[in-house]
Amino acid sequence: MRLDGRFGRFGGVYVPEILVPALEQLEAAFLDAQEDEAFRNELEGLLATYAGRPTPLTLCRNLGGSARIYLKREDLLHGGAHKTNQVLAQALLAQRMGKTRLIAETGAGQHGVATAMAGALFGLETRIYMGADDVERQQLNVFRMELMGAEVVPVTSGGRTLKDAVNEALRDWTASYADTHYLLGTVAGPHPFPLMVREFQRVIGKEAREQILEIEGRLPDAVIACVGGGSNAIGIFSDFIGDDGVELIGVEAAGKGIDGNEHGATLQRGRMGILHGAETLLLQDEDGQVDDTWSISAGLDYPAVGPEHAHLQEIGRASYVGVEDREALDAFVALARSEGIIAAFESSHAVAHALRLAEERGDNPILLVSLSGRGDKDMASAQRLLAR
Amino acid sequence: MTRYAAMFDRCARRGEGAFGAFLMLGDPDAGTSAAYLDALVAGGADMIELGVPFSDPVADGAVVQAAAVRALKAGVRTADCLALVAAFRTRHPDIPIGILTYANIVAARGIACFVQELAEAGADSLLVADVPGLEAEPYARAARADGIDLVMIAAAATPEPALRRIASLSSGYTYCVARDGVTGADRAPMLRHAPLFDALARLGAPPPVLGFGIGKPAHVREALEAGAAGVVCGSALVKLVEAGASPQALSSFVSELKDATRGRTQNLAFEAEKR
Repeated sequence: MRLDGRFGRFGGVYVPEILVPALEQLEAAFLDAQEDEAFRNELEGLLATYAGRPTPLTLCRNLGGSARIYLKREDLLHGGAHKTNQVLAQALLAQRMGKTRLIAETGAGQHGVATAMAGALFGLETRIYMGADDVERQQLNVFRMELMGAEVVPVTSGGRTLKDAVNEALRDWTASYADTHYLLGTVAGPHPFPLMVREFQRVIGKEAREQILEIEGRLPDAVIACVGGGSNAIGIFSDFIGDDGVELIGVEAAGKGIDGNEHGATLQRGRMGILHGAETLLLQDEDGQVDDTWSISAGLDYPAVGPEHAHLQEIGRASYVGVEDREALDAFVALARSEGIIAAFESSHAVAHALRLAEERGDNPILLVSLSGRGDKDMASAQRLLAR
Repeated sequence: MTRYAAMFDRCARRGEGAFGAFLMLGDPDAGTSAAYLDALVAGGADMIELGVPFSDPVADGAVVQAAAVRALKAGVRTADCLALVAAFRTRHPDIPIGILTYANIVAARGIACFVQELAEAGADSLLVADVPGLEAEPYARAARADGIDLVMIAAAATPEPALRRIASLSSGYTYCVARDGVTGADRAPMLRHAPLFDALARLGAPPPVLGFGIGKPAHVREALEAGAAGVVCGSALVKLVEAGASPQALSSFVSELKDATRGRTQNLAFEAEKR
């Protein structure tokens, strides 16, 4: 490895020795591509003409009272979520490395959909691992993936959600790395994934920063994003990290209550541990057995978190709060009713916290929210939940 | 002399390869597990490899995963595993015991503390499946301090700088994997790894023991012929436990595979005498 893959004391390369050459190859391909103008041009072209970048920044007309809430509209990206940004980049890297097959894990299905798109676009055989419970609650996305030619494999081990899908993808990769790229979906996992995915998602914050400076003539008071593994949050945070006056707030799934054991609030309730290749905060018991988590949103239902978030929390640069299922659902409805925007359940957690801040703070703040994905995939669940 | 060194020496004198048997500690429950462990020794195993169950075993195939699930469902905790090892050690003072687990199980207690508890229980080695050479330094240091051998994994595709790290950090034996992928006897192993064994010998790594997919006498013979010092059989044994086989059935399975380690040329025994 050329880099140590650490963010403070978090991160690293905790994988079976068999996989180390595959990660070394990926790190080299990534670092070389970063210096390669042809690669950057090709990616920028795809982001503009295929994915639909730049995405707009929308000021809420009716929500927020005296606060001005801006939504960074990753929900309008092709595929319906921010995932497309880095999937296109990794698919280009896969081609660069001569791989002919993609595998990926998915929780809500958004990353799986983005990977299936890239598989179709570049003619790569694609297999998506998805927890059996998530297959159940995200039927629409399962069909979208299959329609684009991907094979969706339901994972029945463990808690049957995102964590178990990652396990299965890693197992596949240890046998298949020679011709297969593991297109990991977030800023978690072993080095170089947390660094690489951050760099490919950085475009969210880069655009948003320019847009808000253009509209408001100043930086926002706070940037707010939901955190499961943490890729949309890192993506929107990164270009603001050097702006000391800008508060960075990650919103975790507090599920049915952060003091119980049905939530996904890793940064607030986790202990140091090692899972899926990285040393990071982890929801686990005393022996190190990893907990099953809960959230209304499959994308936040994950017991670990990207190591850079653990580091940003430790050095005090970002803070992390929880939003319960109920509050997220209320924000989901509020945004639909007042702004005509149907957000994903994941992103609704960030909206909920922005609404909370708008109410609490009397200083007419400017709040920038990462609206990381659209809510189509959640329609069946929303119908069921709102009928109660 | 460590128990591994004494065991490899003993095998060489007899002109045999070493036979290692793997089971998951606490599978299907603590009491039954203890009886199965004794059955491995009764069948003639030369070294015993024991898993400490982890909720997310990414290096394991379906069979060993299911064993971990059974143990955890039965309420088996790390402390119970250590107690099983300690009791086994009092019954079998000489056989080398290797512990196989994952980084988070070690991290939960702290590396130094975990290794010390292993030493107190009478274990000889530790292999952490998701700690490659790049991250192994603190594990090697702690293991050395308590007289535990840190065992590391090498594969046919492992590049030379990584093999060199393995040679410098590990001791006891080198766990060579017969093929890419995860544990399991469902796919045929590749058994002829002479280039890997030669490279390890040249770099001064501990003796190569081949695992992943070994479940038949023919596998054992072929691996040893290619130069392995021994073999480890895991999933095939765990499958017997899954099926509820008797301890006697495990013993006879072990003894059938152990038999296949015998009958190597007299030269080996002769060479061992000369040393």
